[in-house]
Amino acid sequence: MEILVCAKRVPDTSENEIQLDASGKDIEHDDLVYSVNESDNYAVEEALQIVARTGGSVTVVTVGGEEDEEILRREMAMGAGRAVLISDPAFSGSDGRGIAAILQAFVQAGHYDLILTGVQADDGCAQVGGMLAAMLDYPFASLVTSIEVLQGGELKIGREVEGGSKELNAIELPCVLSIQTGINEPRYVGMRGIRQVASVAIPTLGASDLKVDAGECAAKVRRLDYFVPPAGKGAEMLDGSREEVVDKLFNLLKAKGGLN
Amino acid sequence: MARIFAFIVHNGGVADDSALELPVAAGKIGSPQPCTAIVTGWGPELDIVCHSLRATYSEIWKVAAEPLAYPNAELVRKALVNLVPAGSILLVPHSHFGVDLSPGLSIRMNAAYVPDVVDIEGVDGKNLRMVRQEFGGQVSSHVQCGFSAGAVLNIRPGAFRPSQGAAANGQVVDKSAEAGSLTARRRFLEIIAAEIGDVDITKEPVLISVGRGIGEQENIAIAEDLAAAMGAAVSCSRPVVDAKWMDKSRQVGSSGQTVRPKVYLACGISGSFQHLAGIKGAPFLVAINKNAKAPIFRVADVGIVDDVLEFLPALAGRVREESCVPGKERRQ
Amino acid sequence: MEESITQSSYWLVSGRVLFLFLHLVGLICFAYIVAKRLAPLIQAERDPRWDKPLVRLSNVARYWLCQWRHPRYLGAGVIHLLIFAGFLILVSRAATILALGVSDRFAAPLLTGRAGQMYAITQAYAATVVFLCVVIAAIRRIVFRPARYQSPAGQPKSRSVDAIFLLALIGILMLADALFEATSAGHPAPALSLAWLFENALAAAPLPLLHNLRLGTYLVHEFTFFFLLCYRPFGIQFHVETSLFTIYFAKLDRSVLKPVRWGISDENLDQLPSLGVKKFEDFTWKHILDFYSCADCGRCSDQCPAKAAGRVLSPKLLTTKARDYSFRHYPVLGKPEPAQALVGTVYSEEEIWSCTTCGACEAECPLLVEYIDKIVDLRRGLVDDGKAPQSLHKPLKAMESRGNPFGKPEKKRADWTQGSVPLLNGADAKDTLYFVDSITSYDDRIQSIGRATARILGKLRMNFGILGAKERDSGHDVRRFGEETLFLALRDHNTEAIQASGVRRIVTADPHAYNALKHDYRDMPPVEHTTQVMARAVRTGQLRLNPVENGVFTYHDPCYLGRHNGIYEDPRDVLDSIPGLRRVEMKRCKDRSFCCGGGGLALFYEAKEEQRMGVMRVRMAAEAGAGTIVTACPYCMVNIEDAIKVAGLEGQMTAIDLTELVDRQMTS
Repeated sequence: MEILVCAKRVPDTSENEIQLDASGKDIEHDDLVYSVNESDNYAVEEALQIVARTGGSVTVVTVGGEEDEEILRREMAMGAGRAVLISDPAFSGSDGRGIAAILQAFVQAGHYDLILTGVQADDGCAQVGGMLAAMLDYPFASLVTSIEVLQGGELKIGREVEGGSKELNAIELPCVLSIQTGINEPRYVGMRGIRQVASVAIPTLGASDLKVDAGECAAKVRRLDYFVPPAGKGAEMLDGSREEVVDKLFNLLKAKGGLN
Repeated sequence: MARIFAFIVHNGGVADDSALELPVAAGKIGSPQPCTAIVTGWGPELDIVCHSLRATYSEIWKVAAEPLAYPNAELVRKALVNLVPAGSILLVPHSHFGVDLSPGLSIRMNAAYVPDVVDIEGVDGKNLRMVRQEFGGQVSSHVQCGFSAGAVLNIRPGAFRPSQGAAANGQVVDKSAEAGSLTARRRFLEIIAAEIGDVDITKEPVLISVGRGIGEQENIAIAEDLAAAMGAAVSCSRPVVDAKWMDKSRQVGSSGQTVRPKVYLACGISGSFQHLAGIKGAPFLVAINKNAKAPIFRVADVGIVDDVLEFLPALAGRVREESCVPGKERRQ
Repeated sequence: MEESITQSSYWLVSGRVLFLFLHLVGLICFAYIVAKRLAPLIQAERDPRWDKPLVRLSNVARYWLCQWRHPRYLGAGVIHLLIFAGFLILVSRAATILALGVSDRFAAPLLTGRAGQMYAITQAYAATVVFLCVVIAAIRRIVFRPARYQSPAGQPKSRSVDAIFLLALIGILMLADALFEATSAGHPAPALSLAWLFENALAAAPLPLLHNLRLGTYLVHEFTFFFLLCYRPFGIQFHVETSLFTIYFAKLDRSVLKPVRWGISDENLDQLPSLGVKKFEDFTWKHILDFYSCADCGRCSDQCPAKAAGRVLSPKLLTTKARDYSFRHYPVLGKPEPAQALVGTVYSEEEIWSCTTCGACEAECPLLVEYIDKIVDLRRGLVDDGKAPQSLHKPLKAMESRGNPFGKPEKKRADWTQGSVPLLNGADAKDTLYFVDSITSYDDRIQSIGRATARILGKLRMNFGILGAKERDSGHDVRRFGEETLFLALRDHNTEAIQASGVRRIVTADPHAYNALKHDYRDMPPVEHTTQVMARAVRTGQLRLNPVENGVFTYHDPCYLGRHNGIYEDPRDVLDSIPGLRRVEMKRCKDRSFCCGGGGLALFYEAKEEQRMGVMRVRMAAEAGAGTIVTACPYCMVNIEDAIKVAGLEGQMTAIDLTELVDRQMTS
């Protein structure tokens, strides 16, 4: 099976404290540590596991600039056979829909049985996968937590739904799936593995290679700024010594029916 | 001004809470018309839901089709493309279903898509101005999109508090015939329900919820002890389940259980919106956290900055002082 | 004139012919078996152990000849000492007996005349003592059954049966020796020896009976001797032959970890196709020799804190399972079987990750078997295959991107100083570097150790500074968890920063950093731990401490300060210099100290265990009568303070770092 995984390089929220910069309108970019988006990493691991069972290869693609190559290398160190960077000044400032259009052109230039993305990235939009599927006219499923390859060009997939339940679906190939974290246990990629792919050439494709319309890529939804909302009333903070606080809380709980 | 629609999610004949929230969001768009509900499904349950919506919506479009008995987003999308007039604004809850439906829907409708909207500021010329969050809620952002070709807006559940507006006395309009042919290359097989486990936290009136701040698996015993003293049950947030310290049936949140307690103690929980999404019914929310800047303090009723490992035993001791009637402790 | 064995007749065959034949068969079999056992060593990785012959010989004298480690378990130790001494004494005797089968005139060299008589007496008693000891040992195994000899659930019970079988054979050998002596002409046996007992029992026996008994006993001796010789390489008794070599070739410098591969420098590691031990042949020949030499005594597992906590790990099983694999895949009879991956078949991943590298096993083993290098090598193999435990992925990634396992920003590394400690920036020359390391820099609680250390160094008028944001984690436990490449990157970064700072010495309060800077890093200025600095200051009177009124204190030896680096007395001297301080020792102290649970990345690893090592340690302190545990390692502090809460001993037990205590008691 030929699998394509669409990945994104994001500031790692667990290793960064995201703060506003001096202008108050953007986030502070200095000193941010970047890595591959967490659910994209799970998607690559899932692709590798599928291909280990069925044969085929895994390609990882990202839309961005030279600085995004590092995540492609990391996923190659993990085991992806091929990586492609799509980069062009015309693409900068694209929103999710623009990225999906660019990826659509890339997918149509190749042949893939299965396309995976992570559920969502740093902006929490969770949209590229679904949009890409609609543009390609492929079936789509989000929040995928299990994949089983069936005979006859179909997959049996599980989706995460309310209450922690699992929704089982059968979906025809080719299709697009967005992968939820926790689907598997990604293998560890050590520094040595990354060093070994450090000098592998990664092909870069631009707008002319993909024949994609610049208009498609321009952003239709624009982020105007970043801000931190004023604190608002928030909680009534209890203070005093621990004994006093415990006492105050006890009385509040009694009043609110918290004690049986 | 474009027409506004609200997609209704429902289960077992009961409409989701978002059904009451979407009209509030719609109201902030500033259109003179009230929004229209769209409900898909099949059978008597669908009718019950439509009927229940009459108090909130002035017009309800009922789309009944057997393939839609289970809400398969691929099929629902097809129906909506056929039903929703071009250029409309469609509001969908940003839930497991909404995330599945809306991105593709926006492409098919050739409309703009804005996911996980937490606030709507209104119309500014040809643009709609909204608020979203990024980086796991650490920062907010203002976004705008043109909506002349329509828009699909996924609204964060719980972001808009339902208002007690005037009763709408809505009309149910049967639009089933316009749904079109409903086939898709994805078909629903079955639901595997999450195991309930020994305690059904969705039925508990008082919950002591532990998060990452509990530190180690052994420390959960501290929460169990307080729960025993208070006659409560212990629940948790996602990181505790991921670490395999508690069973998934105890998880509160958008990917866990939805609970409606009277009292909720959030101990060592930072307050991510995925966790808060699982708490409904506006309980008395007490937050105990070492970090004074934890987001949970913005939404809690009462906040205590302290180490949960020290505070909970102290509280348990105080509770026991009062209820010194033996046998009052509850079996866990 | 008694008939010689050589001329006796054994069922139509003359003694000489028979025993010449049997000797040859026995020796050829033994040689063949040993050759087969050596086969995997030839395929194994290289391991240069040819250096420092004099030091190695002195190890042999101490650990082999004098059985230095054995009395640590007194009962079994004494028994073994006697058996071993007996064996050495009886070597000549055995050779003499064997020779009698083929030559009448054999006399052991040097043992003629007076010396011969003395020897005859000595060996008779030696045989008797050996016999008694094997009886006692067998009774211990059968009746008393010490826990460390037991096979865990799921393992075959055959090892104990095997041990008893071998003890029985040695017993038979001794009996045959004594009976042969008793039935032979010559001086009467010394009083109360086995031979003497037999002599008395047979005093009235007719000559033909004695004669046949003599011939028969000789045959029994022959068979038993050669059976034992050829059987030993199949089980735990192979240590009789291999122990001399294992101890001679034992690792001399325990503090230095084995490189990934001997002969490949760090810069060339990228050229290796694979790192670490993944299959059996990736071990070095010395490691395989270790597997052969294990006597199954179980002392390593008995001391292992992970095993005591109920983790899957048992060091003895690491060795015996590998030995079983070796015997299966390199059989004496039959063809070698193809290699299999070790982890997943012989070992479980959990077993390999459960080790805290505390070194208790290595400190205990009477044969100086090495464990830490093997575990680290197995971990290197797992990491190379992408199998690091999930709970370590985040801290390792954070180490790579932020230089600390917590993921905190580099620029905040010096925030704990609140500006009170100078940064080394090359401008202002300082002669001492205070290497803080990650946990002291970033953990809210442990930062107080950093501040106390800074105040003490200031009080001692040391001209010191810290690297601040230029410092990265020492990488000590990154290396011990098998991520060699990441360790080298951290080491190179720190080395450059330290050398650029121009300091002439390094002080650290963190034993893991101390161990790394001293042994894992190269070309470093001299490194000291704060306890050494404080001990010296206390002895010279530069540091005077106020008295302590009450409380009972006990000192917990951190693994990387005590066992790995031999620093036991300095911290105790500091404590004892505090007037009025009552100090008790826990039963397990100094080189028998019980690991707190592990430091560095071990803090992040979630092991499956029945109870926490820290909790066990805290209970040991309570048992010793202490109310305060003093330690000298930030990781010990984290684990012990946590354990006090989990054990429910808050209010009854506290923990304090030695630097914090000294800081508190320093006269102003």
